[in-house]
Formats: sequence, structure tokens, C-alpha cells
Amino acid sequence: MAKLKLPAAPSNPLSSPKRPGKDYGPSGGLGHAGEAGASAVDWIDERTSLSGGLRWAMFRKVPKGTNWFYTLGSSTMFAFLSQAVTGVFLAMYYDPSATRAYASIQYINNEVFLGEFVHGMHRWGSSVMVILIFLHMARTFFFGAYKYPRELNWVIGVALLVMTMTMSFSGYLLPFDQRSYWATIVGVNINGTGPLVGPYLSEFLRAGPYFGATTLSRFYAIHMLMVPGAIAALMGFHLYLVAKLGTTAPPWVKAKPSEELSEEKVTVG
Amino acid sequence: MNKKQKEQYLRDYGTLKSQGKPFFPYAVAKDSAMAVVVMAVIVAMAIVLGAELGPKADPTSTTYTPRPEWYFFFLFELLKVIKAPALVPLATIGVPTICLILLFLLPFYDRGAERRPERRPIATTAGIFVVCAMGYLTYLGASAGPPTQIDIPIPTNIASQGPEAVTNFKAGSQVVAQSGCAACHQFGENGNSGPGPALTKIGARLPAQAIQRTLLNPSAPMPSFSALSEESPEQFAQMVGFLAALK
Repeated sequence: MAKLKLPAAPSNPLSSPKRPGKDYGPSGGLGHAGEAGASAVDWIDERTSLSGGLRWAMFRKVPKGTNWFYTLGSSTMFAFLSQAVTGVFLAMYYDPSATRAYASIQYINNEVFLGEFVHGMHRWGSSVMVILIFLHMARTFFFGAYKYPRELNWVIGVALLVMTMTMSFSGYLLPFDQRSYWATIVGVNINGTGPLVGPYLSEFLRAGPYFGATTLSRFYAIHMLMVPGAIAALMGFHLYLVAKLGTTAPPWVKAKPSEELSEEKVTVG
Repeated sequence: MNKKQKEQYLRDYGTLKSQGKPFFPYAVAKDSAMAVVVMAVIVAMAIVLGAELGPKADPTSTTYTPRPEWYFFFLFELLKVIKAPALVPLATIGVPTICLILLFLLPFYDRGAERRPERRPIATTAGIFVVCAMGYLTYLGASAGPPTQIDIPIPTNIASQGPEAVTNFKAGSQVVAQSGCAACHQFGENGNSGPGPALTKIGARLPAQAIQRTLLNPSAPMPSFSALSEESPEQFAQMVGFLAALK
């Protein structure tokens, strides 16, 4: 009869196990740094309970069959963030007055370190963002992702589209060259032909009955304070709903109950 | 979607979700890869295309091109499709407003349970139609530059008035061409056929005073030329004279 092997004796029976909360991970400075980080996170979490929400948002499951089309929404957001960062740097040098705006853009382009590059990123980033938001909308439309229970998120998305177009319209005037000036005059006049609110809207945009000295600063305020704030707020709500309702699966992916569940069903039945 | 279909959907979605992968790190990895691509495209465009600045805005200038950014071309071209003056407000704001309302309310009138594009023939066809129409209008807008040349033969009554009238006519034609009128109006063979009315025979329909009044106080979306009349009354008079001579 084969004997069972005896378990090996502990290598050092005299050493006691480590005390909990002490000296886990690498010892020395690195270990202390890790502990400090962990306790800082604990400190914040004790006061905010953010970790639950973060875990809820990050470790939720994404349905089977999700493909690259589902990255279009987050890339739109990324383009917006890029616009926000480059916009902040442009705002450091830009002067929204009719007499000095053009010169300040010239200064950005010619004098400021990497000025034309950042200006170019902001300018072309707007095109990229518009393309991405339209692609994202097309994906949502053709996949039927706006249907129950995501109707409200579609409505918010359309509002975000309108605001993105407002951003590009109001930003077009800011360089204050011939192109932007005359295109904006025609654009504002087109707004004026609208029903009911049209004339009031174009008067609001122009800051008066005519295109005047305050028009540019009004466009600037709309472009860098009003609309981006609204976009950020609505984007947050949009993302919350995405996390809460989950991203859709591609419509052609069939839901099949897992093997174990169907087996269980057989044995029970 | 009735209650049963809603419950069916939630059940199926729950199954698919439970068989999926966690958002972090799988979806985050894909999103990050895409973000890198987006950043690379923006940087490449900024380096290759730059951010060149046109000449400074000049309210009194007569050489301008009222063209929007390319992604507004489809709206701009829409103005040209509808030509009747009474319908222009409809084209400028009516059609976009209606389209926007339809877009906002989409989930409330399209309530079917079916999600596969090939089984939603109306929605899919409408979507493809809109994409193609916007693409076509954008292409039209991109290819149609505002002409800065107007070739109209000198009318016989001008020619018979002597060389001074002919010089004035030619000067007026140049002012009109450089003012970008042809971006929205047709002049014989030149110019775009909208959103403004054709001006080939405007002098037969309106006397010079009426033309001058319209130039100073136009109906939207046409810009006013009052700045030009103050800065350079001579050019403005040539402009009015040229338009009044078109018979």
C-alpha cells in the first residue's frame, strides 16, 4: 500500500507570519511610497466614496461583438479635449477686440513658440471633430442604437451635434480675416431669416442691429465659455447614460444563453 | 415597441452583456488606440496644412468670398437648390429646422423593435439618402468657387452713348465681380444660380433708384453695401449704373 507523502516541514518554524498592514510588497523606499499612495487613495475614498462609482464605470461589461465602430464616440470626446487644450493655449495670446484680433493671431502664427502648430491643431481639430461626430451619429442610426431604452441619449447627442456646429460657426469669425468676416456676416444674416426667433437670434449674435465692435467679443464669449461649458456638461450626462444603460451590441449578434445555463435547464426539466 | 418586446430586448441584452468583456481594459484599449490615431491625424493636418491667415477683415472691401467652412457647404448649397424668392426663407431656415426637429424626435416616431439595418428598409434608405445628399451638396459647395469674372456684352444703348458710358459700364462690371455678387446671383453665363435671383436683366425690372435702395438695405441674407457707398461713392455709383444697364 502506497504511503501518502508527508507535507514538507516549514523552512523556519520560528519565524512568525508578517503582521497585517506591514511590509507588503517591496521593502524600502518603493514600498513606503506604495503605502503612502494607497493610504492617500483610502483617505480620499473615505470622504468621497468615489471608488464604488469608478469600479461601476470601469468594470461594467461591454456586450459581446463590440467592434471598432464603437470607438467613434470616445474619439469625438478626445477630439473635443484636444480642442479644449489647444484652445486654452490660443486664448493666452488671443485678443478679442476688432482692432487687435487679427494682429494677435498674426503674433500667434509668427512669434509664439509652436504658435502656428497649435493654431493649426485647433483649426483642423474642429474638422476632425465634426467628421467624427457625424460618423458616431451614423453608427448609432444604422445600428438602431437610438431605440429603447436609449432614446434620451440620442436626444442629448443631437444637442451635442448642434453645439459642435455652433462652436465651429462662432470660431470661424475669431481670426478676423476677410474670409471669416464675410462668411460670418452672411451666416448671421441667414439666421435672421428664420421664423419667429430668427431676427432676435441674429441681433443677439451681432450684439445689436449691425455688425459692430462688440460682435467679436460676443462671438468669443460664446465660443470659449458658453458652448464649451454646455458641451462638457451634456457630454458628462451622455457618458453617464452610456455607462448606466450599456453600449449596444451590434444588431446582428444573437443572444444565446450560455451552455451551463441550458444544461441546468435540462437537468431541472 | 410594446412591453413584451421591451422585456425581450432587456433580457437578450442582459445575456449579451454577461458574455462580454469588462470595459477596462478591453474597450479602453481600443478607445486609446483610436485616440492615438485621432491625435496623429490632427497633428499631421496641422503640420501639412498649417493655419494660414487671409488678409485682415475689411468691412469696406469689395473683394471678398463669403464662403463658410467646408462642413457648412451642404447648408449653403441647399440655399441654391430652392430658387423662388418666396421660398428662400424656407430653404435657409425652414428646411434645416424641420430636419433638426426630425433628427431630435427620431426615437419617438421610429419605435419599431427591429434593429438590424437590412430589416429597417425605410430608415436605412432614408439614412443612406441623407448621407448621399449631404455628400453631394458638400461636393457641389467645394467645387463651386465664387466667380470673380463677369463677361456680359456691352449693351447697344450703352455703346451708342459714347466711350465714357462704356468705361463706366466696364468699371461697374468689375466692381460687381469683385464684390462677390456672383457667389449668389447669376449674370448671363457667370455666377451661381442662387440663393439670390438672377440679375442678367435686373435693369429691365428695377429702376436705378430701387437697385440702389436694395444695395443699401438688402433683405437677408444679402450683405449691405452701405459701407462701400460711404467709403467709395464713385465705385458704388458704377455698381448701380452697371446693374441698371442690364436689360
